[in-house]
Amino acid sequence: MGNGIIEIDDGSFEKEVLKSDKPVLIDFWAPWCGPCRAITPIIEEIAKEYGDKIKITKCNVDDNPITPGKYGVRAIPTLIVFNNGEIVDQITGMVAKAKLIDSIKKAI
Amino acid sequence: MKQTDHDLVIIGGGPAGLTAGLYAARSRLNVILVEKIVPGGQVLITDWIENYPGFTGISGPDLIEKMVEQTKQFDLAIESNEVLSMDLTGDSKKLQLYDREITTKSIVIATGASPRALDIGEDRFVGRGLSYCATCDAPFFKDKVVVAVGGGDTAIQESIYLTKFVKKVYVVHRRDELRAAKILQERAFENDKIEFVWNSVLTSIDGESGVESVRIKNVKTGEEKNMASDGCFIWIGILPNIGFVGAGLALDDAGFIVTDDHMQTSVPGVFAAGDIRNTPLRQIATAVGDGAIAAMSAEHYIENIKK
Repeated sequence: MGNGIIEIDDGSFEKEVLKSDKPVLIDFWAPWCGPCRAITPIIEEIAKEYGDKIKITKCNVDDNPITPGKYGVRAIPTLIVFNNGEIVDQITGMVAKAKLIDSIKKAI
Repeated sequence: MKQTDHDLVIIGGGPAGLTAGLYAARSRLNVILVEKIVPGGQVLITDWIENYPGFTGISGPDLIEKMVEQTKQFDLAIESNEVLSMDLTGDSKKLQLYDREITTKSIVIATGASPRALDIGEDRFVGRGLSYCATCDAPFFKDKVVVAVGGGDTAIQESIYLTKFVKKVYVVHRRDELRAAKILQERAFENDKIEFVWNSVLTSIDGESGVESVRIKNVKTGEEKNMASDGCFIWIGILPNIGFVGAGLALDDAGFIVTDDHMQTSVPGVFAAGDIRNTPLRQIATAVGDGAIAAMSAEHYIENIKK
C-alpha cells in the first residue's frame, strides 16, 4: 500500500499474523465506519515510526468475516496486538496515539 | 507578565474547539489545539446530521473533515496529545500534557461529554455486543434482535439507524413517553422494526462470551422478565469529560462547567465551550456559537493583560 500497512484477508491471516516473525498490529475496519477512518492517520504514523519493530496490518471486516468472527470482534475499530500468534493486547474503539504506542510496546 | 509558550490553548477538537481554533487562528493568536484522539468528538460517531444550518444532510465524519480543513486555511496547529492536569493558579497557566508541560495565558476547555454507562456491570460486554455507537457497530447485527436503552434524541435517531440492519429493535425507556424531537418520534412510531418497552429499565445484561439476553424490569409493576437479545445499545445521556480539570473551576450539580455569557469560567482567562459547559442545549449549532464567543473572549482577555 506504500505506507507500510499490509492488507490482510481471511486467507493470509495465519501466515501474515499468527506465523509472523515480528509482532503484529491488526486494525479491524470497514469502509462505512467513521471512527475507523478517523484513526487511520494515527495507524499510518505508527507504521512510519514503528514499522521496523512491528508489522502493521489491517483487515476489512466486510470482505473477511471469518477472522473477526474467530476473535469475537463485534465492534470496530478493534485493534489487536499479536506476538508469536498470541494476543498481547486488544483495544476497542477510538484510541489516542500515545495509548496505542503503550499497547504495542507490550509486544516489541 | 512573563513569556508563555502560547497565548491560547484549546483543549478538545469537537465543533466547539474547532470553531474556537478557527476564530483564534484567524485573529493570529499564538494558539494550539490539543485533541486527545482525533478531531471530531461525538460528531464522529453521528451517522446523519440534518439540523446544522447550511447542510441539508451530512454525515458526522464528513462535517468534521470540512471543519478541520477550514481551520487549516488559517494554519491552526492541532496536536494529538492529552491534557492530564492543569495548574490555573498564576497568570501563566500550566498544562501537563502526556509528554511535556506547556504554559499559556488563556485556555478554552471544549472537551465535551461521553455517553453515560448503565453501571450494571456491562463493561465486560463492550465490543462483545454492547455498544454506544450505532454507526460503528450496527452492521455486526444484521438480521439480529437488539435492545436499545433511552428515550432522547440520540436513542431514537440511532434506533432508527439500527433498523437499516437489524431484524428488530426493542427500545427500553423508563417512562411512558419520549423526550426526543417530535419528528424523530413520528419516524420511530411508523417504523415496523421498532417496538417500545415502556416504563422499563435494564437490570442486567447476560451472556457467556457476548450479549445473549437482558433482564428488563417494569418500574410501575415491578415485574421482571428476560429477553433474548444479540446486542445492546445504551443511549441514556452523557457525562462531562472533566477528569483533568481538578478543583478550582466552578461546576454545576451534574459536573458541567459553569460559565457566564462570555464563556468565562470561575477562573479569569479560562473559558469553556460546547457540551462541557452548563448549557440548556447541546447541539453542533450551539457548540460552534460557544466556540466563537470563547475565542473572542480569550482574545480580549489576552489584550487586557498586556496593558
